[in-house]
Formats: sequence, C-alpha cells, structure tokens
Amino acid sequence: MRTIDYSIEPPVVEQNPSLSSINESIAKPLETKPTKGWYIAISISLTMLLIGAVSLGWTFYKGVGVWGVNQPVGWGFDIVNFVFWVGIGHAGTLISAILFLLRQRWRTSIARFAEAMTIFAVMCAGIFPAIHTGRPWLDGYLFPYPNQHALWVNFTSPLLWDVFAVSTYFTVSLVFWYIGLIPDLAALRDRTTNKIKKVVYSILSLGWRHSNRHWQHYEMAYLILAGFATPLVLSVHTIVSFDFAVSIMPGWHTTIFPPYFVAGAVFSGFAMVQNVLIIIRKVFKIEHIITLDTLEKMNKVMLATGMMVGYAYGMEFFIAWYSGNPIEQFVFLNRALGPYAWSYWIMVSCNVLFTQLFWFRKIRRSIPVMFVIAVLVNVGMWFERFVIVVTSLSRDYLPSSWGMYIPTIYDFGILIGSFGLFFTLIFLFIRTLPVVSIAEVKAVLPNSQPSHGGHN
Amino acid sequence: MENKPLYSVAATFDDVNKLIKAVDKVNEAGYTIYDVHSPYPIHGMPKAMKLKPSKLGFVTLIFGLSGAIFAFLFMYWVNVIDYPLIVGGKPFYQLPAYIPVMFEVTVLSASVFTIVWMLFIMFKFPNLSHPLLDTDYMKKVSVDRYGISIQAKDELFDLVKVKEFLKELGAEEVFEIYFKVDELKDKPKIFDKKFISFLALTTVIVSGITYFILNHLLFMSPFNWMHEQFRVDPQTTTTVFKDNFGMRNPVAGTVARGHLPYPFKGNPADAEKFLVNPLIPTKQVLELGKQKYLTFCSPCHGNFGEGDSRLRGQFPNPPTLHSDKLRNMKDGGIYHIITDGQNVMPSYASQITEEERWAIVHYIRVLQRSLNPKESDLR
Ligand code: HEC
Repeated sequence: MRTIDYSIEPPVVEQNPSLSSINESIAKPLETKPTKGWYIAISISLTMLLIGAVSLGWTFYKGVGVWGVNQPVGWGFDIVNFVFWVGIGHAGTLISAILFLLRQRWRTSIARFAEAMTIFAVMCAGIFPAIHTGRPWLDGYLFPYPNQHALWVNFTSPLLWDVFAVSTYFTVSLVFWYIGLIPDLAALRDRTTNKIKKVVYSILSLGWRHSNRHWQHYEMAYLILAGFATPLVLSVHTIVSFDFAVSIMPGWHTTIFPPYFVAGAVFSGFAMVQNVLIIIRKVFKIEHIITLDTLEKMNKVMLATGMMVGYAYGMEFFIAWYSGNPIEQFVFLNRALGPYAWSYWIMVSCNVLFTQLFWFRKIRRSIPVMFVIAVLVNVGMWFERFVIVVTSLSRDYLPSSWGMYIPTIYDFGILIGSFGLFFTLIFLFIRTLPVVSIAEVKAVLPNSQPSHGGHN
Repeated sequence: MENKPLYSVAATFDDVNKLIKAVDKVNEAGYTIYDVHSPYPIHGMPKAMKLKPSKLGFVTLIFGLSGAIFAFLFMYWVNVIDYPLIVGGKPFYQLPAYIPVMFEVTVLSASVFTIVWMLFIMFKFPNLSHPLLDTDYMKKVSVDRYGISIQAKDELFDLVKVKEFLKELGAEEVFEIYFKVDELKDKPKIFDKKFISFLALTTVIVSGITYFILNHLLFMSPFNWMHEQFRVDPQTTTTVFKDNFGMRNPVAGTVARGHLPYPFKGNPADAEKFLVNPLIPTKQVLELGKQKYLTFCSPCHGNFGEGDSRLRGQFPNPPTLHSDKLRNMKDGGIYHIITDGQNVMPSYASQITEEERWAIVHYIRVLQRSLNPKESDLR
C-alpha cells in the first residue's frame, strides 16, 4: 500500500522548473503565432456570438415578445442564464480570495485563469438582467442618480440590491485581477522585443519595478482585497437568491436559498474552471504548472459542494412536508412529477448522482472522466435554475392562472450567444495575457523562499 | 558619461539566501536609501529591510467606513426625506433592507480606494520614466535574479566603495544606473499643436455623437420610446373587425356609462326646476370644483367670477357671476348653462364630466358667498 506523508505539503508545480522557464512557458502563447486549433476554436465561438447578436438584435427591434416569456412565466431563459453565469463567476473569486485566505497554495497556478473567468462570466451574466428590462438602452435608470424625473430607485427591493451586488462584484473582481496582473505585465514588458507590445505592457504595468518596498504594500493590498472579496462573493449569490427568496412565490420563499445558491455557484464555477483548464494545460503544454493534483483538488471541492446542493434539494422537500403548507408541498411534488419533471431529474442526476463518482481516486485523476462529469455538472446546474424559475412560476397558487413556458429559438440563440461571448473572451485572453500568475507561481517554487525561514 | 546623473548602483544575486544575507549586510553598513528587487515577494524581506508594517489597512478602514456611512445616509435621505414612497406597507426607514446596499458600497469603496491609494498615492504610479525601468538590471530581476540597488542619494554613497562592497557580498553582476536625461527634460507641453488639435477633434466627435444620440437615435426604431405599438389608432383601419373600421359605433340600443343624453337641451327653465345637485359641498368636492373652475371658466369669467376676462377683448366679456339673478338661480340652472351653453357661451359638456360640473356649481356658490356673505357668515 502507498503511504502518503500528510505533514509535507506536496509541491504546487511538478518537475521543479527554473524561474526563467516559468516565464518562458507562460509567455510562450503570447509570443508565438496562434495555432490552427486556436483559429478553429475562436471561429466557432465567434459564430456562436454572432448567433447571439442576431437573436439579440431581433429582440431589441421587436421587443421581448419574441421570447417565450409570457403570463404566468415572466422570468424565462433570461433570468435562468443570469443566475447560471453569475454562479460560474463565483469559482474565480473563491479560488483567488477564499483559498488565498485559507493558504491553499495549489490555488496559485489556477487563480489568474479563474479570476479572468469570473470577469467574463459576470459580463455574460450582466447582459441578461439588462436585456430582460425590455429596453436596455434605458438601463441607466437602474442606478440612483439625480435624473430628470426626480425619481429615486427603490433601495428596499432585492432587484436593486442585485444591481449593486453584481456591479460591485464585477468592479472588485476586475481590480483584483488587474492588481495580480501588474507584476506579470511588468515581467512581459521587460521581456518583449516588440515595440508596440512594449508600449502597451509599459502603460498597463504602470511602471512596476519589482521593488520590495512595493511588494510589501502589494501583499497587504492583496490580503485586504481577498478579505473583502470573500464576504463579497458570498453576498453576491445570496443577494441573487433574495430575488427569489424575498418574493412570496411557493418554492422560492425559503430561507435555505442563500447558502444553497452559494454552494451551487461554487459547484458550477469549479466545474467550468476545471473544464477550461483541462483544455488550456493540454494546448499550452503547461501540465507541470497546472498539475493533476490541482485538478484532483478541484474535483474534491466539486464533490463537497455537489453534496451540499444535494442536501439542499432534500431539505427543500423535507421543509415543504414539515411546514404543512399544502401549496408548498404541491410545488415540490410538481417539480418532481409535474410537466417539468424531466428537467428536475436531469438536475438531480447531473448534480448529485454523477458527482458521487468523485469518491473514487481513479476517477478523480482520470482526465476524460472528470471532464465529462464537469460538463454534466454545468448542464445540471443550468437546469437547477430552470427548475427553480420555471416550475414555481408556471404553477403557483391559482390553478386558473397556470401556464406552460416554451422557449423560442431566440431564447436559445441568446443562450448560445452568451457561451460564444464567454469563450471568445477566453480565447482572446489566453493569447494576450499570461494565463498563470508568473509572480505567484515563482513564489511557491521549491527553493524560491529563504531556507532558514527565520524571518517569517 | 559625466553629464548623466547617477541614480544608483545595483547588483544582482542568483540565490534568495545570498540576497537575504546581503540585505542584512547592507543594513549593517548603514545604507538607508536602497531597494531590493525580486520577481516575486520574498517572505521575511520586509523584516530584513527593516520596513515598517504597511499602513494600507487604515486607508481601507477609512474608505470602507465612509462608504457604509454614505450609503446609509443617502438611502435614508432618499427614502425618508426626498422621496418618501410607501412600498408594501413598510415604514420609510427600514434598516434591514438597507444592509445589502450598505455592504456592497462598503466593499466597493474600501477595495477600490485601497488600490487607488496604493498605486497612485503611495507608489506614485504611473511612472514610466523611472531610471530603473528598461535597464539590463530590471530585465534580470524580473525573471530569475534578485537585486539590491543602493541609491546615489544615500549619505554614505561613494561609487567606488559601493561597487566594491556589493561585489564582496557575492553579487553576480554590478550595474551603474543613470537617470535618462532626455526623458527628464522632455516635459509634456499642453499647448502643443498636436495636443490641441487632438483635444478639438475629441470635443467635436464626442459632442457630435452625443447630439446624434439624444436628438436622433433615441427617436429611431427601436429606441423610439415605444412610439410604435401594435394598437389601433383613431381614424385608422384594422383587420380585427369585418368592416375594417378601427373606430367602433356603440352597439345598437345601448348607452355608455356617463353618457346619458341630456334631456333639457334648450330648456333652461325645466333644467332649473328638475335638476338637483347630487353632491354635498365637502372639502374634496370644493377642491375639485375650484380646480375645474380655474381651468375651464376663469379665462372668461375671471378667477373670482367677476367677469374680468383675461381674453383682452378677443371674446365678449361675460357678465359677473355675483348678480342677483345668478345668486337666486337654483343649482340646476347653472348646471344647465355649463352643459348647454348660453348665447355666445359654448357648451362644456364634452370637456367636463357631470360630476365635475356639479362641483363647479358648488364652487361658484362659494365665490358668491365670499362677496355677499350671509349674516351668519359674518359672526
Ligand atoms: C369662452 C369664454 C367663457 C368661458 C370659458 C365660460 N363662459 Fe360662462 N359665459 C360667457 C359669456 C360670454 C357669457 C354671457 C352669455 C350671454 O350673453 O348670455 C357667459 C355666461 C355665463 C353664465 C350666465 C351668467 C348670466 O348672468 O346669465 C354662467 C352661470 C356661466 N357663464 C358659467 C360658466 C361656467 C361655470 C364656466 C366654466 C365651466 C363658464 N361659464 C365658462 C363666457 C364664457
């Protein structure tokens, strides 16, 4: 039997690379011509983006009537997609902030990428509430500014909290990401021989000089940001869940929603990060930096959060029964057995059943299997939001006002478009900025820190 | 060579442990104006360099707290003072509902200002003309070397001695770093022709775009404020009805509510005799009557019914409403005049509802009594 010494933390990167080789391998994609594979990938994602743009253009021209939403289901794919994308965004901040505070050193190799993903996912998410208002060019009214109508927003509405939560989250993630990028941009600046690139990197790195007088404040700033981003990330999905929980719809009006949403967000976010990382490390040959150990740890996080989500599914049923509220009970039976039961069972099997396979070490370490499971997790998590939004709205208190929701091709077009946007941004990102934090990875290499450690 | 001012002497090391030892020695030797450069933060380096702990946290505290307080006061002002609006039967001031926004604003201002403060105030970034930038030394320490740079400003500085000293510490390479004179001289000129024309061009483009958006784009489809709608406008055709008329006649034999034909047309005597004011002169009724009187009657009859028209002879002046004839006329008679008109005064039946007409009558009575009060009013 293999014994593992748990007292020693395994190295974050493998093969003990030299400091300069880290620069080499991370800067390589930025300095070489894109491969054929990259062109194929980006043309697919741009096509998807175009489909979304056309569907959206048509929606703007005709109005949201071209979607499947109507009475009683006034929240359709738009809100489902919004919650889905915000959720995807959560993994980034979790990895970069919470794991940073918990001193999980394995996060260093994936933090940058996960943060970028957060930003792109929040951008995708932000589109949906904006277009869902029907006339997105008037969305400025969502913000409290002294406007010509002498009107203020309703500060006591969860929908307004959402505006604040998502925009704060986006800004703080962007700042966090940028702050992490500055030393790397400086490293690229010192490396590049191309004049235009040099100007761009110089401007973006603001004149960073790797000074230890700066590093000291920099680390403090990073710690502070991580400290703020941690409650922020929890608050964002909590507030998103308030959009539902503060209403009086059966199936929405529950106190379990905030933790349940946060767990689900981390769950789907990790699945997405894992999926994209598997591709990136393969394509850019940085398997020694983003190691199998790291992926295995991500799978463990998915297993844990998946079970939290499963617990929430069970608890919802229990509370429905325990509350003695017949309408609540009906809603949950309707979820599992009603006309949308298929979506409910897709959700349960993808989120709860398949992830149980991660109990096996072999599966946790098998790249193709974990890739498939993570794809399924995201399918499942998308359906979770679908189940929550649609089943509750389609059958609420009054049977006379029940109705079915049938999405139109424009709904699907916009969903495809959001994936197109996300992947387009990712493909552009991996060719323009370092996908792994050079400075952070160097700092965790063996022999990179003073050995006597007396100063700690 | 001589005319270039020296910034510092810098040395690279190839190992962190050597670096830490070297930094200790630099401190011992009494140098104070020096810096250590490394491609990543080194544990224990602030202590080795004898740096004071970062005070950045106070900046965060101040901006975070001000964010929270600002958000609270702002929401309180909006909800309680400037725009009190009852939502869901809840009180105007409701702290629990303010907490989410307060939290978000706190986080936003704390984190953004911490970074802004650090980068732009503490580090004085952006600084692209720093002498260290673009040197071979910088290119090494940004990859895999560690460097110490002792500045010429230091009191103990002496070019030859410092070079020797650094070599003794085990430096791999030693660099002399000079200010870039041409960059120092190169001050940005605000009145540069290029800059001015750039500003002018930006102004023209930005204002042009703004003008276009606000005055044209917002009135084009689909941004046109919902002007275009799927509805039947008056005087247009429609396919909904068989006869393609957009406007409909009332169903034969029916009368719409509030549109009973007036039975006393051309018959003021009977109107006065049979019509009774159904309204009681309550405060609301009088308010309504006042409003409608001022809107519809005052241009000709004057604000107080004295026949002092504002129309300056464009229409024959009406008689006063305080005449004995009118004061003794029953409510029904005045109602009839509003409904049917009298001589040159036209009918107001199409503009003023029946209820409003009766309210006006009450208001006229108020006006009349204000000029000719009863005995009892004077007491
Ligand atoms: C366009 C001007 C005009 C407006 C507006 C107007 N009136 Fe007259 N009104 C007249 C004129 C002129 C006469 C005199 C008609 C006549 O020669 O008998 C008159 C006569 C009257 C009389 C009868 C006075 C009398 O001594 O015979 C009453 C009562 C009266 N108006 C009430 C109203 C009321 C109530 C309104 C508001 C709904 C109103 N009028 C609006 C012009 C106007």
